[in-house]
Amino acid sequence: MAIQASTSSKVVATVAAWLVGFVIFFPILWMVLTSFKSELDAFAIPPKFLFFHWTTENYGIVQSRSDYFGHALNSIILSFGSTLLGLIVAIPAAWAMAFAPSKRTRGTLMWMLSTKMMPPVGVLVPIYLLFRDSNLLDTRGGLIFIEFMGNLPIIVWMLYTYFKEIPKDILEASRMDGATIGKELFYVLAPMAVPGIASTILLNIILAWNEAFWTLNLTTVHAAPLTMFIASYSSPEGLFWAKLSAASTLAIAPILVLGWFSQKQLVRGLTFGAVK
Amino acid sequence: MGKIELVGVQKSFGATDVIKDVNLTVEDGTFVVFVGPSGCGKSTLLRMIAGLEDVSGGIIRIDGLDVVKLPPAKRSLSMVFQSYALYPHMSVRGNIGFGLKMAGLPKPEIARKVDAAAAILNLTPYLDRRPRELSGGQRQRVAIGRAIVREPKGFLFDEPLSNLDAALRVQMRIEIAKLQSTLGTTTIYVTHDQVEAMTMADKIVVLNAGQVAQVGSPLELYDRPDNLFVAGFIGSPKMNFVTGNPAASRGATTIGARPEHITASATSGEWQGTVAVAEHVGSDTFLYVDVEGMGELTVRAIGELRLEVGSKVFLTPDPARIHRFDANGKAMR
Repeated sequence: MAIQASTSSKVVATVAAWLVGFVIFFPILWMVLTSFKSELDAFAIPPKFLFFHWTTENYGIVQSRSDYFGHALNSIILSFGSTLLGLIVAIPAAWAMAFAPSKRTRGTLMWMLSTKMMPPVGVLVPIYLLFRDSNLLDTRGGLIFIEFMGNLPIIVWMLYTYFKEIPKDILEASRMDGATIGKELFYVLAPMAVPGIASTILLNIILAWNEAFWTLNLTTVHAAPLTMFIASYSSPEGLFWAKLSAASTLAIAPILVLGWFSQKQLVRGLTFGAVK
Repeated sequence: MGKIELVGVQKSFGATDVIKDVNLTVEDGTFVVFVGPSGCGKSTLLRMIAGLEDVSGGIIRIDGLDVVKLPPAKRSLSMVFQSYALYPHMSVRGNIGFGLKMAGLPKPEIARKVDAAAAILNLTPYLDRRPRELSGGQRQRVAIGRAIVREPKGFLFDEPLSNLDAALRVQMRIEIAKLQSTLGTTTIYVTHDQVEAMTMADKIVVLNAGQVAQVGSPLELYDRPDNLFVAGFIGSPKMNFVTGNPAASRGATTIGARPEHITASATSGEWQGTVAVAEHVGSDTFLYVDVEGMGELTVRAIGELRLEVGSKVFLTPDPARIHRFDANGKAMR
């Protein structure tokens, strides 16, 4: 018999869930609100929540002072490019580790993950010098490459986990049916792993979009994505909270929209295989 | 044509030998069942024939051609898996036609062949459904459809009925046997269920610990088992084995008598014992009798025989149907 939740406990749970959701969402809300304030209102004490003079002047200033669309284009190229490159390498890698494991597979997976345990700043100097000597500094190609390498362990791990959920019998059946490895990947494995692949793509686009360490250190102008655009407003010369908020709001808006429209796919992907 | 020959086939996983020197010929058009306890290597052997498992040594020939180095697809065999292994994202039509599509057949021909296979298996109304919308028996039929549509040289079945309930299992057993005799395609069928083996096979291969224990028709195995293992494995309930004096008096180390070849009587007989358990299943009564110095013997008595637990009973084995085995467990004839 299923446990029936009483109405009052449902109410409590709902309120608690909304409360937690609100706490998590609050910084974003505050940022959006601040972006519509004047610089004076932005750091008023006590803080003004809703009753201030609403203005869009920050957005105008931000766009005129720095090129939003140029940065946004770089962010798009960076996040989609590195994710695409990641998939091309990670799908065969994850396939091999999930369906043709050797005694070193576990170790390889752990080793790949271990690269994420190292703080990136630890390799900043060598990477910076390599980039400088290869003329990769402030290039889109160089940035795509470093993001791709940085996120590859996560892509491989996610795909590996999804692929593990797919019964080996089905792939063997396709082999009996005459599918070559390429056809097996294309006709059988990929369609069955669509939710998993989709959520991997989304997560990696978001990760690459928001990644700030490498983008800030390896770019200046030409390849600078939106993280650079935001950073240019956290200046030591003065407090530009409202403009900083406007820049941040502009920077996260595209990814927020993408996340919103794909949330069903994302949730399905994250819980893929939980229920048979 | 589809003659399958195994010559000195071996398989090891590391230091463990799972298949040890198997020699076997499956004649064209026959229905051969691999049977044995779990872990005996029967599924591994089947997967080696299919090409899904590498061979450590020996030769596998299909119609005279050594296929050891060929990938599964090039062996013109098709396989039905225990889990059905249907493609969940394809319709029944897509599932059955997938092999033909991979072979590059033109679409109209694929459609024609799929329709023909579906008609044989009564799947026509379900062609546009997905596997998850089908019952277990229907899924099983789709898996069989996928196997027959390619008109392979041989069918390989890997415990295909073990996921079905008892009633459906019997029905599918009959359907598979009928289908095989209609199509006349060489079939290798793996099961751990000796009733399936006895009822379906032209020839049974009993495997034990990676070796062939005996090959023969179902009745040959029943009437003339080569060794203790086959004697004990084929037949239900199991054959009774007796060692010691009763065996020695017949010049053997062990003698075996099937429950149905021992006569129980309330008045006289060769061995005397007490009834420990009596199972009345209607047509038969199975008596488990404690005989002093011999252990517990199983006896099949006619249903009308009413013997209470604890009562004395006399047992007489049919002298013509006593199996004698030497110290190595080999049959003495």
